[in-house]
Amino acid sequence: MKEFAYSRATAVHDALTSVVGQENARFLAGGTNLVDLMKRGVETPDRLVDVRALPLDGVHEARNGDLVIGATTTNSDAAAHPEIRRRYPALSQAVLAGASGQLRNMATVAGNLLQRTRCAYFADLSSACNKRVPGSGCAAVAGVHHNHAILGASPACVATSPSDMAVPMMLFDAVVHYETLDGKGEIPISRFYRPVGDTPHLETTLPDGALITSVTLPSAAAGERSRYRKVRERASYAFATVSVAADLVVRSGQVREVRIALGGVASHPWRARIAEEELRGGPATPERFRAAAEAELSAAKPLPHNGYKLRLARNLIQSVLTEIVH
Amino acid sequence: MTNDARSEISLHINGTTHRLTVDNRRTLLDALREDTRHIGSKKGCDFGQCGACTVLVNGRRVVSCLTLAVAAEGAEVITVEGLAVNDELRPVQEAFVRLDGLQCGFCTSGQLCSAVGVLAEHAAGWPSAVTPDLSPDQPHRPLDADEVRERMSGNLCRCGAYPSIVRAVLEAAECEEVNR
Amino acid sequence: MNTHPQVLDGTGAEISGLSAPAIGTPRTRVEGRDKVSGKARYAGDIPIERLAHGAVVTATIASGRITAIDPSATLASPGVIGVIDHRNAPRVDPEAGSPFFGPDGQLQLLQDDQIAHGGWPVALVVAETHEQARAGAERLRVSYVEQPHDIAFSPGHPAARPALSAFGPDANKGDLDAELAASAVVVDESYTTPAQHACAMEPHVATAWLEGAVLRGIDSNQAPYGIAAQLATLFGKPLSDVRVQVEQVGGGFGSKTGLGPQLILATMATMLFHRPVRVALTREEVFLATSARPRTDQRVRLGADRDGRLRAIGHEAAFEISGKSEFIENCVEIAKTLYAADAIRTRLNVVPLNILPVASVRAPGTAPGSFALESAMDELAERLDMDPLDLRRRNEPEVGPVSGLPFTSRNFQLCLSEGARQFGWAGRDHRPRRRREGHLLIGTGMAGTSFFTTAFPSSATITAEQDGTFTVAIAAIDIGTGARTALHAIAADALRVGWDRIRLRIGDSAIGPAWQAGGSLGTTSWGWAIVAAARDLLEQLESGPALPVSVTSDTTEEIMSRPHRERHSYSAVFAEVAVDPATGEVRVRRLVGRFAVGRVVNPLMVRSQLTGGMIMGLSIALQEEVVRDEVSGRQVNADFAGYHFAANADVPFIDADFVEDHEPDDPLGMKGPGEIGTVAVAAAIANAVWHATGKRHRELPIRLDRVIED
Repeated sequence: MKEFAYSRATAVHDALTSVVGQENARFLAGGTNLVDLMKRGVETPDRLVDVRALPLDGVHEARNGDLVIGATTTNSDAAAHPEIRRRYPALSQAVLAGASGQLRNMATVAGNLLQRTRCAYFADLSSACNKRVPGSGCAAVAGVHHNHAILGASPACVATSPSDMAVPMMLFDAVVHYETLDGKGEIPISRFYRPVGDTPHLETTLPDGALITSVTLPSAAAGERSRYRKVRERASYAFATVSVAADLVVRSGQVREVRIALGGVASHPWRARIAEEELRGGPATPERFRAAAEAELSAAKPLPHNGYKLRLARNLIQSVLTEIVH
Repeated sequence: MTNDARSEISLHINGTTHRLTVDNRRTLLDALREDTRHIGSKKGCDFGQCGACTVLVNGRRVVSCLTLAVAAEGAEVITVEGLAVNDELRPVQEAFVRLDGLQCGFCTSGQLCSAVGVLAEHAAGWPSAVTPDLSPDQPHRPLDADEVRERMSGNLCRCGAYPSIVRAVLEAAECEEVNR
Repeated sequence: MNTHPQVLDGTGAEISGLSAPAIGTPRTRVEGRDKVSGKARYAGDIPIERLAHGAVVTATIASGRITAIDPSATLASPGVIGVIDHRNAPRVDPEAGSPFFGPDGQLQLLQDDQIAHGGWPVALVVAETHEQARAGAERLRVSYVEQPHDIAFSPGHPAARPALSAFGPDANKGDLDAELAASAVVVDESYTTPAQHACAMEPHVATAWLEGAVLRGIDSNQAPYGIAAQLATLFGKPLSDVRVQVEQVGGGFGSKTGLGPQLILATMATMLFHRPVRVALTREEVFLATSARPRTDQRVRLGADRDGRLRAIGHEAAFEISGKSEFIENCVEIAKTLYAADAIRTRLNVVPLNILPVASVRAPGTAPGSFALESAMDELAERLDMDPLDLRRRNEPEVGPVSGLPFTSRNFQLCLSEGARQFGWAGRDHRPRRRREGHLLIGTGMAGTSFFTTAFPSSATITAEQDGTFTVAIAAIDIGTGARTALHAIAADALRVGWDRIRLRIGDSAIGPAWQAGGSLGTTSWGWAIVAAARDLLEQLESGPALPVSVTSDTTEEIMSRPHRERHSYSAVFAEVAVDPATGEVRVRRLVGRFAVGRVVNPLMVRSQLTGGMIMGLSIALQEEVVRDEVSGRQVNADFAGYHFAANADVPFIDADFVEDHEPDDPLGMKGPGEIGTVAVAAAIANAVWHATGKRHRELPIRLDRVIED
């Protein structure tokens, strides 16, 4: 690890000022991803600005009923929060399915949204990786890609987002709020992650030097029956192979409302809008769920060794929706 | 080393304040092991993938290998050395010995700190990934084996002491329930 | 150290004032209190004055040579003391190796510019702190010329050749082809297992320094004496000038039986820089630069009469090996001993590749071998439409099926019947895919094994002290097995004194020759030496000599003079799984194991060890595999996020227990429980997955992508 300077910010403005004009400065929150990548030499900051002492911690309800999750709220606190458990249970479930109790006590909500891929080639400096070194190539395409993307990838990068939390955030149409020295801004999560294209190193639409201050969950998007189901290679403490967050409202056997988001299949959490469209207004049956999942996945481009994710994603969508009905 | 790359910090470890000058790169784990001789915390992976370095920071269990020492400035740290009170083992430590919840012992410090964290988290009403109903209005359920397994899964044990660990944590939980 | 363990009754409750023999009584670990309070000291925990730290640089290519190493940026890096590479490293003896496998090229670190596998250490950077050493290592510029690598394992590989025969010749009993042709039912299938790692929680770490002419080492290993001897040979020193010690070891599982790169590199560094140097391998380096269990490909042919009597057992296995060192992954061992058959034929080949050297990982040979043989037995039962338990009952041999030698004690059938009873096997519907619970498919399966046992020569020294205590010294080591506690009990009984009067010294090569914590035979071999020394000492004490009196006894002669007989432990394992066909997830719900492992010194710890062994078997069945990139030739999952083994949530309560057993050729009646728990579990689980789903899994691990259904 390279030497670096460290400071602790106590006001948002100070934090923003201390990274201005410094390309190699990074905000440090839980550190569960950044410190890891610094040890590997993937991240080489000259300066860390610790943002955990900022007054951005905690969950509260806004006047309009939206739930506001402060940027530095830990995963644990978010998952345990009564209102999240009551109104957005898929978010609690997703957070609790991620990492371990220790890591959830450290990791923050904003940091989680910015989590980098766990692709082994990204983490290994001797491998080609367009995300780490633009233009160097992608070792995963011809290499080991058993757990790589089937949707939305490009020849430049087939890495997946490892975040569990971001999947229900996509489901619940979360809004990311940030500040820069120019003022405040917000980005709906559907526009927060960039398509991969040939610039996989550019991951989000967050402006340079911006600090995420909170994430809001719209009250209109609440889903008390929403669910998150994660499949992984052991029972706990492993990244997702495929995960599904879904919410479904059925009246008289007909789908009134449906939302589906997938994890582990793309560079960012994947909102399955095609499947949602297929299902809306139709009968809520396992067969229809399966057909809708297949419609969503018809655009998938599996690699030689990750085609099983198609079956897995389809089966998982079907079984999660079926579980919600019952 | 430039001055910028070092920091003066205070760490409150098991009730004792340590003033240190640390390389900013130094993790809390290395500060514990190398600078303050708390060798109980172990480095099994150094990347947050095994849990052997688990300690309690401000009452919560964390992996000390991904915590920078400088970022723990001012924090209250409890390590395995600080679990016993006046040389009297805590119930969970005593249960680990009696039920043989350890073999090589390398993961044990982390398991114990994690277990203490688990008991506190459960007492605070935090759910887990196997809690059947996340609704906050559910009555408090005592820990069961599945809950302990899931909550303790961030601590790998290659000797395979898991079943005894689960029994030991359940015993300690009962002990705490009785004391409450 | 507090060495007063609690004495427990069968239920785990503490008994007080017990004066029964120490052997056979459940006791907690003597170092248990130290381990739960953070006081137990491992190799990386011992403070040393003026300590410098070494960081390893490993090869990023799998085959080729180093063309240049530019250390300028490293040497300019803060705190760096120096760099060692093949140009300035001390020369070592090319003949150094192991008594079983000959010269070991893996010990030849930093001797030339050749790279034969990815992860080979190419330099060591030594600095004042480990952060500085690591930062210096990151700045070292190493240039290579890459040559094509070969990591494509297959039994038909053109370089395949027979393995060494040090573990016994191939079996060639009867006419396999004729017996197969005469069989009513035949199984002829191939089974593959991936490379696996030991993954001891403590990464390999060593500290070395020179004390005059004496090379001192504190090293995380399983064999203080054997490793001191290897180190002495490697650096051309008399053994009296080398001393290797360790207090606690954070697991080994085979990976610390040989001289590791950490101690070789620390030794080189202390020779060059005249400072004590610690080399702590990173977790990635443990994966890339220590050793692994090899991939195997095994063809099993079984032929039987309609009634299930075996006519033919053919087991031909190939395993991968590095070009640097020999090893014997004896997959075919069980086929020579477990079942009677008219014809038994085994073959064992190696395929040299550009891979990390292979070596012992818990239950070498038998873990992958039993997966193949015991899966094939299940397939045979299926084709015979027979209870797989009955098939195993029907083929019990009277004498060694290949050797013709008598068995010393053979309690395989007792394991089968006790295990079956405890599991509730009777009445099982043997047809697959019959049990459902909601969307889950439920299945049960079983498997069994034998496991070779013996004892190896060791020496022990016991001193009768003036205060009435006895100092028992043996170069044993406790890697988590409970050896320290067991030897304490053995010494107490052998000297016919209470527990409190034993002072045990282990973990120091200077004590004298002793076997390693390996082959499941550490405590058995050391216990024999303690018994021998106690016997000799008690004899001397009869004449009432002035104290202290010391005797040293060595078991070489006694062990070598035993009759030739078949000596094995046995087990039967029963598993229940739940499979979600929609996701391919397999969960093990129940595991029952019954083991004939000779006399049990400490039931509490032996149950722990067997349980832990079974959990490793569970991981082998479902999770563990080294994944290599064919393009780069390197392992891509060299960390615990990529190389999975069971987490707590994967593991149910496990019923692991022993049956009455006694080894007549051992003075204590012992065999070894260290590894057998790991054997047969993968087959039992694979057979249960077949029973649940109707699909055979002949390739490990049984990953969800291999199980998921349409």
